[in-house]
Amino acid sequence: MLRARNKTGLVFFPAFDWAISPTHPEREERLLYTQDQVFEEGILDIEGIIEYKPDLVTKKDVQRVHFCVPDLWAVMTESHFISAGGAKTIAMAVMDKQVDCGFALVRPPGHHANRVVHGARGFCNVNIEAIMIEYIRKAYGVNRVAIVDTDCHHGDGTQDIYWHDPDTLFISIHQDGRTLYPGSGFLSEMGGPNAVGSTINIPLPPNTSEDGILHVIREAVLPILEDFKPEIIVNSAGQDNHYSDPITNMNFSAQGYAELTTLLKPDIAVLEGGYAIEGALPYVNAGIILAMAGMDYSHLKEPDYNPERIRQSPEVNRWVEKVCKKVLENWYKRRQLGEMARGDNRFIERDRKIFYDTDNIYERQHETLRVCEACGGALRIDSEAQERKHILAIHIPRNACQDCHDQGLAWYEEADADAYDKVYLQDRAADVMKEKVKPA
Amino acid sequence: MIIGLDVGGTHTDVVLLGQEGLVRQNKVSTNPADLFTTVLSGLEKITDGIDPQCIKRVVLSTTLATNRIVQQRMPDVGMIISAGPGMDPELFRTGPHYHVVSGGIDHRGREIAAVDADEVLKVADTLEQKGIRYVGVVSKFSVRNPVHELAIQEALGERFEKVFLGHRIAGALNFPRRIATTFLNASVYPIHKEFFEAVVNSLAQKGLNLPIRILKPDGGNMRFDASIDHPAQTVLSGPAASVMGTVAFAPQSDTCLAMDIGGTTTDMAVLVNGVPLLDPMGIKIGEHKTLIRSLDTISIGVGGDSVVRVVDGQIHIGPDRLGVAMAYGGPVPTPTDAMFILGVGEGGDLEKSREGIQALADELGIDVETAAQQIYDKACQTILDEAGAMVERINAKPVYTVHELWEGSRLQPRHIMVLGGPAPWFAKGLERLGDCPVEVVPRWKVANAIGAGLARTTCDVTLFADTEREIATAPEESFTKTIPSSYSKADATAMALDLLRKKAIARGANADHLELEVVEAMEFNMVRGFFTSGKNIRVMAQVKPGLIHGYDPIAEKIMGDHFV
Repeated sequence: MLRARNKTGLVFFPAFDWAISPTHPEREERLLYTQDQVFEEGILDIEGIIEYKPDLVTKKDVQRVHFCVPDLWAVMTESHFISAGGAKTIAMAVMDKQVDCGFALVRPPGHHANRVVHGARGFCNVNIEAIMIEYIRKAYGVNRVAIVDTDCHHGDGTQDIYWHDPDTLFISIHQDGRTLYPGSGFLSEMGGPNAVGSTINIPLPPNTSEDGILHVIREAVLPILEDFKPEIIVNSAGQDNHYSDPITNMNFSAQGYAELTTLLKPDIAVLEGGYAIEGALPYVNAGIILAMAGMDYSHLKEPDYNPERIRQSPEVNRWVEKVCKKVLENWYKRRQLGEMARGDNRFIERDRKIFYDTDNIYERQHETLRVCEACGGALRIDSEAQERKHILAIHIPRNACQDCHDQGLAWYEEADADAYDKVYLQDRAADVMKEKVKPA
Repeated sequence: MIIGLDVGGTHTDVVLLGQEGLVRQNKVSTNPADLFTTVLSGLEKITDGIDPQCIKRVVLSTTLATNRIVQQRMPDVGMIISAGPGMDPELFRTGPHYHVVSGGIDHRGREIAAVDADEVLKVADTLEQKGIRYVGVVSKFSVRNPVHELAIQEALGERFEKVFLGHRIAGALNFPRRIATTFLNASVYPIHKEFFEAVVNSLAQKGLNLPIRILKPDGGNMRFDASIDHPAQTVLSGPAASVMGTVAFAPQSDTCLAMDIGGTTTDMAVLVNGVPLLDPMGIKIGEHKTLIRSLDTISIGVGGDSVVRVVDGQIHIGPDRLGVAMAYGGPVPTPTDAMFILGVGEGGDLEKSREGIQALADELGIDVETAAQQIYDKACQTILDEAGAMVERINAKPVYTVHELWEGSRLQPRHIMVLGGPAPWFAKGLERLGDCPVEVVPRWKVANAIGAGLARTTCDVTLFADTEREIATAPEESFTKTIPSSYSKADATAMALDLLRKKAIARGANADHLELEVVEAMEFNMVRGFFTSGKNIRVMAQVKPGLIHGYDPIAEKIMGDHFV
């Protein structure tokens, strides 16, 4: 009888009846061959690999993370309730110690969804990892969480949600933003003034292969994780670094992904992107599952795998090594950099423009953050989407200090409901969501 | 007339059914060492004085193959495996004569590495030198494209008595299970063939030329001669017989639990609107997880003759049986003894029962009536708890579409139907401790044999169509057809149903009363770049498990003389 070394939970939700559009990369067929491969390999028969039926997330689970505009029902489809629910199911199985670790193979994905949601960005409506993480924080009292995003695209949505949170370490490894959507995720993006260093971006040059990505994990990610000491490690397991992916330019392999998983030892992995649905996903997903379960994956490779053909150039080697050095340097200097960012300010403001590529929406944000040494800081976002809604979103962080809590409540009280379509208060300290609607 | 025969662990039940209802019923002791004689004597006894011409069908449910597998008394079988990349095929080794050869097929059925005929010939030489006569051949994704299994078979030529090919076993994906199932088919083939020939010849010598069928674990049957190519499908049909025995009496528009309480075990299943639930994957026999379709049943080690012990001050029941109840001269106290003391059951030597239970009561420091009550309640409660866990497990099964998850209703059985020797005695306790009405199936002592006799012929077909490659295949049926690129899901469904109809008739179904259903029909756009290059269509259809057409009058008659 085959037995997994680590008890591993799986949620398989391929959403065979949901697509953005019939020929969109994020469509019904996307996990079909993965499921075929996993079924044919008999992976679900292995003792210690436990398949769960996904629960649905609740409205409250979503509201802990997002400001949905105009409301939750306009943003969430049935599939989103299930895919976020699948991640939550796995997280609960891990937290309840039914399994040692778990992988949610669900779609649609979520890592491009920001805190404020006017529509879909990069095939994502809501951030399924963030919804899952905030749920387990509430339900199990987890505080320090590390998210390692190994999708080829910068996890800008997750970065946005945790930008001001010093207790969430967000590390994104991705193809350099100058060469790929969403065009962000540079070394200089290190988190907001109250949380400098807790966001880490590791942009890699096109054609980085196994050597480069595994080097990053060994030389940068693992030492930082050791230092940060998270209670839980979440892997946003995007699989589009694969050499055959049609919308990226990297040279990673199924063996590489399995090795990465073995090194990273995530408690929870959640599927993100990956659109080489025939040539890569079946092998990569099977590899990740076997690696999580602590089983042999040495026989698992793509039929056309040829390590020589995709080996990275010396130039890429040098670039990768340099990036890792710089990342570590920033990490060790994070307190100093934080002090510099905060200066003597009581409040720090920033203006941003956000483009929703999937839904073709332009959003303009003006953000005000209360500078705080004790917590993530009260946050106020004035958000207006072109020809759409104009809202005011106030966020009081989970571990808010009294001053930030008072500040958030004051912002909400004094907000002029006439000036906005809606004013939101996300009071995470009290775990409530309030809204003021423009009088009719 | 119809004969149903069910070989149980303790007794073999035989019934003769006619338009007038249950004509005869017999019980013969099962001789596990000689099931052939057991079956034969059961058949002889029931047909005594009956004109064989009147007997239209005989359905046997036998555990012959299962016994051999569980006892690991099987001949040496050669396995030739072509895996390609993926899990290490060594992990699925079936025994010493297991050979991995080159070749690879991918998830769409495309060749990614060729088979090497010379390599196969060398393996064949080795197997032949070892005196192997039965061989299984399995390649990964052979149910998408069997070309490698066929090529290996061709290379083997006529050198072995029987070669089993994986893709003929089942349409579902699961390489390790396909290996195990092919291995089991090859392993039980000689014993099944011997049994088949012996039964047919012995009956012929006695002038009994009976049309024999074999019950399958999915609650359907197949013609005896068709079973020669699928010998492993004859395993573990006992629980299926019991479930089919309740089908005629189960509510047609509600969910109910069927429980066959025997001497050693209690077998349970769920019936939804009178139709038993199938296990979505396949039956497990010993250590082997297979692709053999079966009803979704569980078997727990609690029955009327289970051993009752006191362990650490607690009552323990089963899972073993050491013989009949003490009331009947058995060696240890059993739930049946407890029921006698409580006056729930009747018969046997009450003093013997009291003696046995008294010993347990002394250990527990309570009086004998209290001990008997606790044993009875514990046995009933264990059965109810296990049934609850089974329903939970079924409700927790994963689903793969938005529709299924959103629409999927939870099962909530609202009746319990019990059968088997001690069924009426257990029924009272089950009703008192549970939360739904408990009914005893009419003719509870032989309802399993009635179920075997009345079960219909079942089978299933899986069809794949790939409009980019322009082929439709149902490898299990050796069916491949070129299709136009305009081929649709409706075309595939029609094709699958047509194949199923032919298969069912060939297996012995009544052509005028086929109840076919589409279990799954999915269609996916395959996209290259941003253009649809074709469609990937999957259809699975089956004959619904159930009873043969025209059983109603028989069932009504049996119901009419309830408890006679």
